[in-house]
Amino acid sequence: MEKRVIVIPAYREEQAIGDVVRAALGVADRVLVVDDGSGDRTGEIAASAGATVVRHAINRGLGGALSTGIEGALRLGADLIVTMDADGQHRAGDAKRAFDRLAEGDVDFVIGSRMLEQKGNMPLARRYAQRAGNALTFLLYRKWVTDSQSGLRGMTRSAAERITLRSSRMEVSSEFIKEIVEKNLRLVEIPIEAVYTSYSLSKGQSFAVGIETALKLIWRRLLD
Amino acid sequence: MTAMQIVLIVIAVFGFAAAVSRYRRGGLSLVQLALWSLLWLAVAGVVLRPETASIVARRLGVGRGADVVVYLALAAVFYLLFRLLARLEDHERQITRLTRELALKDLESHERS
Repeated sequence: MEKRVIVIPAYREEQAIGDVVRAALGVADRVLVVDDGSGDRTGEIAASAGATVVRHAINRGLGGALSTGIEGALRLGADLIVTMDADGQHRAGDAKRAFDRLAEGDVDFVIGSRMLEQKGNMPLARRYAQRAGNALTFLLYRKWVTDSQSGLRGMTRSAAERITLRSSRMEVSSEFIKEIVEKNLRLVEIPIEAVYTSYSLSKGQSFAVGIETALKLIWRRLLD
Repeated sequence: MTAMQIVLIVIAVFGFAAAVSRYRRGGLSLVQLALWSLLWLAVAGVVLRPETASIVARRLGVGRGADVVVYLALAAVFYLLFRLLARLEDHERQITRLTRELALKDLESHERS
């Protein structure tokens, strides 16, 4: 069977990372945690839960950590890669369904969408932020997806090798879409359930970060 | 000569000297040195003979010589700001790449052990 690797970028997630890793190990051959310069016990806890851990010496942001994780997964010989958030909002079962969908062989990229089926309890503010992200992604890259900011994504080895990410921070989610469009990758969305706990909500992005991310995307698009 | 002119001339001379010394240390190419020299020469020219700015102003269709100086200075500042931001992002990316390589080096030693 193909080698399945789950990549989890983590920044200061010592509370949640242990359970996330243990659940992920149930559906993947390897779990690679990128400790993004947390400075707490995130990496340690992830390793003792059974993950392979690589550590950024300094914090580089979500985009930087994801690229490191994907590159690392390729070096580990992954055939299929799924990325997950470290805060516990994604279910391992959904990661498994992303792997299984990729294993069917007719798609290159899978995005786990929180919108395809109205599962879960996504708070209203989140929903609006997500719509804004979708709209901006469509304006910039002419690709409509129902959850452009989702952290649960799957890709085949060849897709991972073709994608190049330049973003260091949150704008990486939309950059995946840009790469999918430019490299002509076959994309499907699968419905996933997001688990919102007070913990995962507290780790969410502020309004200001959202605006900054949007401005960065526009600035990039103008320069390219 | 007014005090203001003396101060500005001194600044221009310093600017020129700094450009030359950077060129000697290999920090500037010959073309860049020429451009900087031209800039400081122009500054000195306008300071010593303010009416030259007015001539340029008339040519460009701008009212006064002093306005031309301000417009050009503003354009230069915007250009430098743009360059600076681009350079900053470039550095960010390089640091990320460096961090990534260091992190993944651990991965390889993991695999061997």
